Amino acid sequence: MVASDMTALGSSGAPNPENATGSVASGAGAAAGALLSGGRGGVHPMLVFLARRIATGIVTLLVASFVIFLATNALPGNVAQVLAGRNATPAVISRLDVELKLNEPVLSRYGSWLGGLIQGDFGKSAVAVVESNADSSVASQIGTPLQNSVILAVITSVLLVPLALLIGTLSAVHAGRPGDYAASYLTLVLGALPEFVFGTLLIVVFFSLLHWLPPVSLIPPGTTPLTHVDELVLPVLTLLGVSTAFCARQVRAGVLTTLDQEYVTMARLSGLRETRVLMRYALRNAVAPSIQSFAQAFQYLFGGIIVVETLFAYPGIGQALVQAVSVRDLTVVQAIAVILAAIYIAINIAADLLVVFAVPRLRTSMR
Amino acid sequence: MPGVRARAAWLTGTREGIVGLILLLFVVAVGLVGPLVAPHPITAPIGAPGAGPSAAAPLGTDFLGRDVLSRVLHGGLPVFELSVASMALTYLVGVAVGLSAGLSRSVLDAVLMRAVDLFLVFPPLLLLLVLMTGAGTGSGILIIGIALVLFPGVARVVRTATLEVATQPYLEAAIARGETRFALMRREILPNISEPILADFGIRFSGAIILAASVNFLGLGSHPPAANWGLMIAENRVIIGTNPWAVLIPAALLALVTVSVNLLADAYIKGHRREGGR
Repeated sequence: MVASDMTALGSSGAPNPENATGSVASGAGAAAGALLSGGRGGVHPMLVFLARRIATGIVTLLVASFVIFLATNALPGNVAQVLAGRNATPAVISRLDVELKLNEPVLSRYGSWLGGLIQGDFGKSAVAVVESNADSSVASQIGTPLQNSVILAVITSVLLVPLALLIGTLSAVHAGRPGDYAASYLTLVLGALPEFVFGTLLIVVFFSLLHWLPPVSLIPPGTTPLTHVDELVLPVLTLLGVSTAFCARQVRAGVLTTLDQEYVTMARLSGLRETRVLMRYALRNAVAPSIQSFAQAFQYLFGGIIVVETLFAYPGIGQALVQAVSVRDLTVVQAIAVILAAIYIAINIAADLLVVFAVPRLRTSMR
Repeated sequence: MPGVRARAAWLTGTREGIVGLILLLFVVAVGLVGPLVAPHPITAPIGAPGAGPSAAAPLGTDFLGRDVLSRVLHGGLPVFELSVASMALTYLVGVAVGLSAGLSRSVLDAVLMRAVDLFLVFPPLLLLLVLMTGAGTGSGILIIGIALVLFPGVARVVRTATLEVATQPYLEAAIARGETRFALMRREILPNISEPILADFGIRFSGAIILAASVNFLGLGSHPPAANWGLMIAENRVIIGTNPWAVLIPAALLALVTVSVNLLADAYIKGHRREGGR
């Protein structure tokens, strides 16, 4: 995914900084070039790259939001009736029609939803409207869960990177030896398991057998998960299991390929200590392909978090999403989906940027 | 015939291949034959809820007092059915789109690929959930939803492979010979793109199984009182203290499916990398 975006970008040109240094006599071409490049030195190609990437990302997000809106509104039959379900009295239905503007054509509803989004207004929860809750705004429903999920994701990510790098590098360095074989099979098995299966196995071990950790993460509303560390352990371990396995394998492959390179042999022949060879040459150059797999893992985290939060009853955005889907609360699902899609796209952009940053060769090949 | 033996070497000759095959056959057997040999009905309680293993119920009872063993034996089929059905649809659409994109020398290629890429923007489970909010949770929707999530990957692989074949001289020769389009597909193109597709198949299938199991785990698939491995894990969490087997056995079986499929996929890729070379 990240790689394909890179090639797509490469085929659309970037302004040539050399135009800016041309003489005035070059006329319109130089003037246009100077405009785009901002004068003497030219805009750093990285900034141009970043700007284009963000623009592409925004367009993608817009299209995605349209797809999300269409998909959630593809209810068979009368939307208000389905939403109201058993409470389908005329009063409830008319309230839904008003609050969710259900009588307007789809495109104009999309337009007003989008307009609201940009201003930070995610609309009103359909279920809350049906039950005429005091505060029916979606934002109030998903604010805290979003925070909780971010905490979970950040803790997992912070642990994931060093762990995967360590395991992957050690495996590659000891390639072929028993330690590497063991690690290879372990990562294969772990990486294959569905997250909730691995999580269930963890619960059976750490709760049923050892009684060390709680089986659910019931964090009372109003408190942050950071004060209930024991309830964070199993969800984090579950997410780490699958993602570390995946990333460690990629890191191992990357380091192995790098260790085969001639400049590593050269460094060794020059008499450098093995650790110095590793740190300075092998690791640095194995980083680039690993960035893409770490990006994939971070993206996976936002998908896997849905299942893991449900497994542990962790009050995060994943669980909120599942609950909203099961009661068909359109607006909440739309809001969460757009947020998750935006994060997904943002991770892509960040990864692309990091790869170009870490591999200087790519910076000038972006024509 | 030496050809068949050699071609199957990746399966029977490597450790991963054999272990993967045995595990997969075992789980598939449990799933397919299970419903025929289950000792108790799956909806009637036979004892106290959450009771541990006993003579009548070797794996104990579930959260409603039903026999875990019988429900486990019935619970594989729905997962397999969903995975296989969605895989069939995935490949039907994915191969069609990939072939069309790869063989067309026009803007159709770009248009198709942009459309396909759109679906790759979403986290897989998210796309599925969004679809189910609108369209409901019927099994038809699930099959279509999982296929929607998986087909872009297949389409890309098919397109890449087709692009490589499209520039080969033997294809030009076949066209010059006057072969019909259908014969072209059947004799020149499809056999030569089958290897990358098969290499990718394992990962797709694993993805389909995980999605199918996850959706059921989230309670959005089979409805109770149906027996379904994913659903059983979710509903028996309440008795995990008294009878962990009700959760452990379905989890272990799901683990066996995904691990064996991954082992086989790994064995296939390794086996063909050695022969084919880079």
